Amino acid sequence: MARAVTTRQKTINSLVAWMVGLLIFFPILWIIIMSFKAEGDAIKAPLEVLNAPWTLENYGVVQERSDYSRHFVNSVILAFGSTLLGLLVAVPAAWAMAFVPSKRTKDILLWMLSTKMLPAVGVLYPIYLLFIQLGLLDSRAGLVVVLMLINLPIIVWMLYTYFKEIPGEILEAARMDGATLHEEILYVLTPMAIPGMASTVLLNVILAWNEAFWTLNLTAAKAAPLTAFIASYSSPEGLFYAKLSAASTMAIAPILIMGWFSQKQLVRGLTFGAVK
Amino acid sequence: MATQHSRSAARLMMAPAVVFLLGWMLVPLTMTLYFSFKKYLPMRGDSLANGLDWVGFANYARFVTSSSFWPSVYATLVIVGGVLVITVILGIFLALLLDQPMWGQGVVRILVIAPFFVMPTVSGLVWKNMFMDPVNGFFAHVWRSVGAEPIEWLSQASLPSLILIVSWQWLPFATLILLTAFQSLDQEQLEAAEMDGARWPQRFAFIVLPHLSRAITVVILIQTIFLLSIFAEIFVTTQGSFGTKTLTYLIYQRVLESQNVGLGSAGGVYAIILANIVAIFLMRIVGKNLDA
Repeated sequence: MARAVTTRQKTINSLVAWMVGLLIFFPILWIIIMSFKAEGDAIKAPLEVLNAPWTLENYGVVQERSDYSRHFVNSVILAFGSTLLGLLVAVPAAWAMAFVPSKRTKDILLWMLSTKMLPAVGVLYPIYLLFIQLGLLDSRAGLVVVLMLINLPIIVWMLYTYFKEIPGEILEAARMDGATLHEEILYVLTPMAIPGMASTVLLNVILAWNEAFWTLNLTAAKAAPLTAFIASYSSPEGLFYAKLSAASTMAIAPILIMGWFSQKQLVRGLTFGAVK
Repeated sequence: MATQHSRSAARLMMAPAVVFLLGWMLVPLTMTLYFSFKKYLPMRGDSLANGLDWVGFANYARFVTSSSFWPSVYATLVIVGGVLVITVILGIFLALLLDQPMWGQGVVRILVIAPFFVMPTVSGLVWKNMFMDPVNGFFAHVWRSVGAEPIEWLSQASLPSLILIVSWQWLPFATLILLTAFQSLDQEQLEAAEMDGARWPQRFAFIVLPHLSRAITVVILIQTIFLLSIFAEIFVTTQGSFGTKTLTYLIYQRVLESQNVGLGSAGGVYAIILANIVAIFLMRIVGKNLDA
């Protein structure tokens, strides 16, 4: 039961919440504003920045100078490639764990999650060395596999929890009616599992898009995604605030929009079901 | 009922995921462990092909006795601890606020959650240049406008600056999880306590906080695991200078920058042990929930 709240109380709540919300969002808002200002104006005092004329030139310059679109394409390939590859491996595993559980299912699941806790830096050199040996350094293929592996536990976990919610009786009924395993998966399970799978894809694309340890350490020029592209702005020459802002805005915009749709999945995916 | 046939099918279906993760875990881990007992300086001609010298626990001893070890432990503890305190306390406050009835709740929620989706390199660089730059940064302009001398954030107050950046990124995560926990709070219990004359601080301390305790534990454990390995934020801001060299960054420098693989691998083993200690507690909570 929601409790009756006076209009005055609600107004105060709203005011405080909006102020706090805007304060937290402010750095992002400021990047977006800056990206539409001329480079000379972007270093002025905040109020002068706001009053300066608006322009689109930074977006053009960023694209020309640092080849934004190539990095963007790399990010898309890495994020979606690793997620889809992960799905391919995880769907059968999660299906088996959810519908044909055995005594060891729980242990396997927990073990899988525990691999996610392995600190990346602890295995940096071996992976680096293997990448050199296999000729995978600065290749998209190598990174797709690494990103798939680091997110695989989360993908398996999320799919498992979604599959668990599908009542097993429905599958049994399908089996009784003579459906083969193949038909059972294709016509009964898949339609019911699509929302959960979509959420899983969404969260894992976000995680892969923002991954900034392996992408920074295993790429140079060819396979570098947006995380590495932005990092190249850390040793700037001359005025660059507006350009950095334009580049940042383009790098975070797609994922910010996807993120807003995935709030609920975030809790499920990142707490491994420990908070409901 | 699962038949023998479906059991073996299930095993087959799990095989790829298990094999992938087993390989991902065992192969590099074994290599790190192996390197940690070896003298391995690729730049000075050591190579796997020529064989590496066994040095016992020398790398382990050198890693913890080097002059940068304790400062890195200190930096790690301060950053992880600082971010945890800030995100948990502000997270409780924010979750409490967002749980109240208000106009435009959905929009406020989006504003609060947004920083979590900003990639680490962007937040590091944007904070460093556009907010903390001592000449042209936002803070410098504000400081000057009130007649104060601008602060050189990332050199004079390097650790607090990094804590601010990382907290900004992780506050949404803590808030979202605590908000989820708030929403499962039994309102009737609160009302009953209120009727029995419990004041707001009492209701908060004796009903709300105990209810949140598990969510808070989970936030702390998960964030600790991620915070122990923050990298990009330091990489694009201070590069480990001004006392911001965390354990993770120190190992990274040993392994890739100075290419002392043996020493770095010993550090890596320490980091893995540390992360595992935290993970054990987390896995216990997750495991309990699986049974429920």
